[in-house]
Amino acid sequence: MSHQSRRRNSGALDGVARLGTRVRPLAIVLFAACATSPAASTSARRVADPGTGTASMSMSPPSPDPRVGLRAGWFDAGVASWNMRLVSATKPSPSFTNPSTPGDARLKNSDLAFKGTTVFQGNYSGWQAWDVSDPRAPRLRAAYVCPGSQSDVSVYGNLLFVSAEATSGRVDCGMEGVPDTVSAARARGIRIIDISDLAKPKYVTTVQTCRGSHTNTLVTSPNDRANVYIYVSGSSGVRSSNELAGCSGSPLETDPNTALFRIEVIQVPLANPAAARIVSSPRIFAGLQAAPRHGEQAADLEARPAREPRAERGPTQCHDITVYPAIGLAGGACSGYGVLLDISDVANPRRIDAVADTNFAAWHSATFSNDGSKVLFSDEWGGGTQPRCRATDNPIWGADAIFDLRDRKMAFRKYYKMPAAQTALENCVAHNGSLIPVPGRDIMVQSWYQGGINVIDWTDPDKVHEIAFFDRGPMDGAKLSSAGHWSAYWYNGHIYGSEIARGLDILELSPSAHLSQNELDAAKTVRFEQFNPQEQPKLVWPPSFVVARAYLDQLARGSGLGTERVTALRGELAAAERASGASRRTALTGLAVQLDRDAGAAADARRVRMLAGVLRELAAQ
Amino acid sequence: MHAQLSRAVAAVVAALVLTSCASASGTRAIAGAGARTPAEQARVDGGRPAYTRSDVAFMQGMIGHHAQALVMAGLAAKNEAGSAVRVLAERIDVSQRDEILFMQRWLRERSETVPAVADTHAPHAAHAMPATSPTDHSSHMPGMLTAEQLAGLTAARGAEFDRLFLTYMIQHHEGAIVMVRQLFGSPGSGQEVNVFLFASEVEADQTAEIDRMRRMLLNKAP
Repeated sequence: MSHQSRRRNSGALDGVARLGTRVRPLAIVLFAACATSPAASTSARRVADPGTGTASMSMSPPSPDPRVGLRAGWFDAGVASWNMRLVSATKPSPSFTNPSTPGDARLKNSDLAFKGTTVFQGNYSGWQAWDVSDPRAPRLRAAYVCPGSQSDVSVYGNLLFVSAEATSGRVDCGMEGVPDTVSAARARGIRIIDISDLAKPKYVTTVQTCRGSHTNTLVTSPNDRANVYIYVSGSSGVRSSNELAGCSGSPLETDPNTALFRIEVIQVPLANPAAARIVSSPRIFAGLQAAPRHGEQAADLEARPAREPRAERGPTQCHDITVYPAIGLAGGACSGYGVLLDISDVANPRRIDAVADTNFAAWHSATFSNDGSKVLFSDEWGGGTQPRCRATDNPIWGADAIFDLRDRKMAFRKYYKMPAAQTALENCVAHNGSLIPVPGRDIMVQSWYQGGINVIDWTDPDKVHEIAFFDRGPMDGAKLSSAGHWSAYWYNGHIYGSEIARGLDILELSPSAHLSQNELDAAKTVRFEQFNPQEQPKLVWPPSFVVARAYLDQLARGSGLGTERVTALRGELAAAERASGASRRTALTGLAVQLDRDAGAAADARRVRMLAGVLRELAAQ
Repeated sequence: MHAQLSRAVAAVVAALVLTSCASASGTRAIAGAGARTPAEQARVDGGRPAYTRSDVAFMQGMIGHHAQALVMAGLAAKNEAGSAVRVLAERIDVSQRDEILFMQRWLRERSETVPAVADTHAPHAAHAMPATSPTDHSSHMPGMLTAEQLAGLTAARGAEFDRLFLTYMIQHHEGAIVMVRQLFGSPGSGQEVNVFLFASEVEADQTAEIDRMRRMLLNKAP
């Protein structure tokens, strides 16, 4: 973090840093001539958003649901929130705003990546970098113009990786598109940018792929520190072999080298990122037979092939892959399937399980529980541009599906969908999210496009429930105009929402009946220097009294231990915290021994033991 | 063929000559080899990126194509389809109904001819569109069911309906994918952002559904 804050004022850049592969001297001269004073250009455009948030000490969600019937508007839409608060809403930079055409699809904001106090925000026309040292007033650091959609971003050290998929994307980042059906000017794949100096980002190279890159997943290997890897998911058409040698969109039966039915793995040598190249194209779907294992769904049983598949082909692509290196697994959301991959050999991921689901149209992305015992897949039915949260829509379509992970196999448990009915003017479906590091619970923040952002507790898949939300009214009161939250992620204490049309939202959770101040403070003890949500980090809580208090709050809320006992423990814990040295150690160890005994009779023995564990860690400090 | 595109390119060049770096509202820009900010680009093209006649024909054609899928899906319940086919048909109905609205919106916003869809239970689709329907082109589109095929499907019941529905919907979806590939094979087409996203989505969605329908069909084969 510290090196980031030192760099905070190193020449912020508003407007444009459109620096293609070969920056011409002329362009640099003109750029200098056009520069305005940094003071005038770096202030982020904060908008006063009339947040009407409420924090509630009641366990019941507000009724009627305040998300229903919100006023439409671009930057002045009605807002509803519960147990969370909007800290700032920052409009896109002027370079990425078209005031005359609300919802201009060229200017959609997409995914986020985090490094220190910088948030990178993809945009269909490039990307922007925000300094969020002060979450109340993000400052624009760079607005880099380079069209190509979706511009999903990942960051590692001084390198930014950006997905390019559209047939109009250019290697020189130009706006003019590529009208020719075969052209060397087209960029579809991964753009690599050197961001050592955010005032002057340097385009390193384009790693071209046959299908372009819809999303990308940065993967680090504990055994290979010289390289990082990028898993590329491409879901649009295969380009001509005249444009990129070897590309073929033929069926597997007629062309064993087809670009369908595979993902690409790019190796990036950190010492020489310009030499990044595709090192493997794993056929992770090979021999995939339908494995729909919702035994209770007759429709799934009907979809299962009863005999040797002949033209059995499986999905042609993945949409997104979430890797969880700490457990050596990845969840691939691949067309009609959710697949589980073993990534112990990072360059050669191997499929170990797959599920299909009648109620899932387009598997989108995966989030593992921190202990690796569950995985949540989302279904982006309709691709994120359709209104799929209307009162008339089937509540298990365009939803999340939670699976248990046992012996590296997936077993279906439950569906979950954001419950507030949205209008036909709001594109809405399950989309990107991440875990919130509350110890002892599985809590996650998730975006639902114009369905807003919500926070759910999915500790018990049978009792998934919402504990906080934030939502705006439709972008447009007369027609469906694509907007809403592309992603919502927890990063070092705040929730960052990438709003497709409205910019960057920063939110914070409020303590409530569902989440105590101690739990919230405990979550804030987990910090990362860098965070790419598709490379899920293992959450580890440094031993602290606040983590212990968070467990006590949970034991009280869930009646995991008798009320009087919890009260007594609170007092003893506070006394231990006031003590120091040997007497603190003795008190903590003594409490831990008592808790071991308590666990025998406790309704939630596991949590009591977790608390004892924290106290022992504290005693050992 | 590409009149719109050419006009837009000409406008872009003109604007480039006129504005070297600063715009009226003070946004800086790099002037260089075609370098503009997206905001400047939007001012140049009036917020409507260039598109081609092939893009328009794709949208107009796909409305008719989708409309036939709605007719097919609408038969599932009354023709006693099995549960898997009913679920599939329901999802196709919702998906393609929404997509028709999207395509109609795209055409309307560009003042292009908007094909109507004769569909009584789509209140949103029923108003605010001219009643010009290029149904005469429909039969030429890849994957469209012939009158005989449609009659056969309409007459089938139960397991026979399921088999025909899956067979014909695979044919129909494969036709839609051919239309997407024809679009991208046409110079300058599929460049407009909405067209690219929508066409790519049609290809991805329908490919997944074809895979699923093949499996369902395989399981039903005697």
